[in-house]
Amino acid sequence: MPTDLRPPPPRAPATTRAASPPRRGLPLPVWNVLAVVLGLAVWAGLARAGVSGLPGPQEVAVRAGELAMDGTLLDDGLASLRRVLIGFALGTALAVPVGFLMGWYRTARGLIEPYVQFFRTIPPLAVIPLAILLMGIGETPKIFVIFLAAFLSCVVSTFQGVVSVDKTTINAARVLGAGDAVVFRRIIVPASTPFILVGMRVGLGAAWATLVAAELIAAQEGLGYRMQQAQIYYDLPSIFVGLITIGVLGLIMDRLLLAAEKRLTGWQERR
Amino acid sequence: MTEKISFRSTSRTFDVGGKPFHALQSVDLDIADREFVTVVGPSGCGKSTLMNIAAGLIEPTGGEVLVDSRPVHGPSPERGVIFQQYALFPWLTVRENVEFGLRIAKVGRTERRRRAQHFIDLVGLTDFADVLPRMLSGGMKQRCAIARAYAVDPQVLLMDEPFGALDALTRVQMQDQLLATWGTEQRTVMFITHDVDEAVYLANRVVVMAARPGRVQEVIDVDLPYPRTEAVRLSPEFTRIRNRVWRAVYHQPVQEGLSR
Ligand SMILES: Nc1ncnc2c1ncn2[C@@H]1O[C@H](COP(=O)(O)OP(=O)(O)OP(=O)(O)O)[C@@H](O)[C@H]1O
Ligand SMILES: [Mg+2]
Repeated sequence: MPTDLRPPPPRAPATTRAASPPRRGLPLPVWNVLAVVLGLAVWAGLARAGVSGLPGPQEVAVRAGELAMDGTLLDDGLASLRRVLIGFALGTALAVPVGFLMGWYRTARGLIEPYVQFFRTIPPLAVIPLAILLMGIGETPKIFVIFLAAFLSCVVSTFQGVVSVDKTTINAARVLGAGDAVVFRRIIVPASTPFILVGMRVGLGAAWATLVAAELIAAQEGLGYRMQQAQIYYDLPSIFVGLITIGVLGLIMDRLLLAAEKRLTGWQERR
Repeated sequence: MTEKISFRSTSRTFDVGGKPFHALQSVDLDIADREFVTVVGPSGCGKSTLMNIAAGLIEPTGGEVLVDSRPVHGPSPERGVIFQQYALFPWLTVRENVEFGLRIAKVGRTERRRRAQHFIDLVGLTDFADVLPRMLSGGMKQRCAIARAYAVDPQVLLMDEPFGALDALTRVQMQDQLLATWGTEQRTVMFITHDVDEAVYLANRVVVMAARPGRVQEVIDVDLPYPRTEAVRLSPEFTRIRNRVWRAVYHQPVQEGLSR
């Protein structure tokens, strides 16, 4: 019996930090915070210098406080978040099974792929006029375009995930006695999870991007609507509050998905 | 001895750019029960194709392959396969990989645990039972793949250049370990390699294949005693057989001591 009990190779860092020089000085988050502070300072400087009506950070913070106090910020944020989450959830919930279907059954692929490829070339926003005419000006058309954006990004990467599952891995399961159902459940699903999660992240980005535009057209509340109103009244601080809120919410959701991805796909060999 | 695996005029053509390509042409080969057969031949001569047909992963386009006198259609846990690329399930730990086949066979939890542990110990991965494959070296991955194949207790082991990617030392250790388990458990083994020394060291018989079309060129008996040891490896008889295989592979005489 060989006694190869060498210690395991060191765990590869999640990022490609190996390429960067050895860590010296302050930890990364400190630099991140520093960058934010610096950015705010530059912003404040530009505002003070009087760049065409640009509001300074304090002004925006004060407006954010006002909007938060009277509840509009929360209401708008929740309204937007609700649309994104519903559209995104519906989109991925449909995209994953459809992507699996396309990857697993040739017939399904042949039937569905032309539509997916075609609609992918149309920016979801271009569907808004049609959606509004067909679905009225309620929540439905907005959620629909967000759904479409999330669905199209996620379905393609799920499909990619299924078709790129290593043939040898499938064969390895088959020779251990696995039938189609087991291969699907225990090989295809886990092996394509990384692709699905990447698709979800892209889909979330697309959903978020679509949201604001959807809200610019016929909405009664929401971050996009509030920014649209602010534009009419030349209310720059409110626009900034809207932008920053969208950015922060998007970042939080992306980080959550990233954390899920790390947890679910930590088994991958990093190259 | 009874035949375990019989290739009967087994052929396989692939469609390459619209033209048929004879990867295997009419292979006749019998492998006896509990025999250790190695297959050598130049790259592209159809070794993997032959093995995949025996595994049931590729259908022959002509002839057939019988295992226990029954034609093979599709894979079965009776025939364990060890792939050159390890083909572990990267999202499962070593233990879960080894338990995979047992789970499918609906072996109960305690029995499954016990059997998996036995084979994990056997291949020396005891301390790594609960880590993911990405933490393993190449040799350890291959040992995990071997434990996974052994765990379902196949009567036939089909191995496609399993030690090809290993360093020389690990490779020798793996060879000795394979022979040790084969000696006690007496499975039928079909082992593909491109290493002539390895082919002779392990086998009862060496099957030499030739390319274009893929076919069996010669079958050479290895009359060396088991257990095979370093002494066997250094014996003149070993050298003689190895040179014979070498000549058969390259269709040309080589001078003594000048191989490799
Ligand atoms: N799916 C396929 N489609 C077309 N040609 C194939 C296919 N599989 C194998 N071949 C061809 O059949 C021949 C034999 O392939 P095979 O993989 O069996 O060779 P091999 O002896 O295992 O080679 P190596 O030692 O390099 O692994 C090769 O020429 C290869 O190009
Ligand atoms: Mg091969």
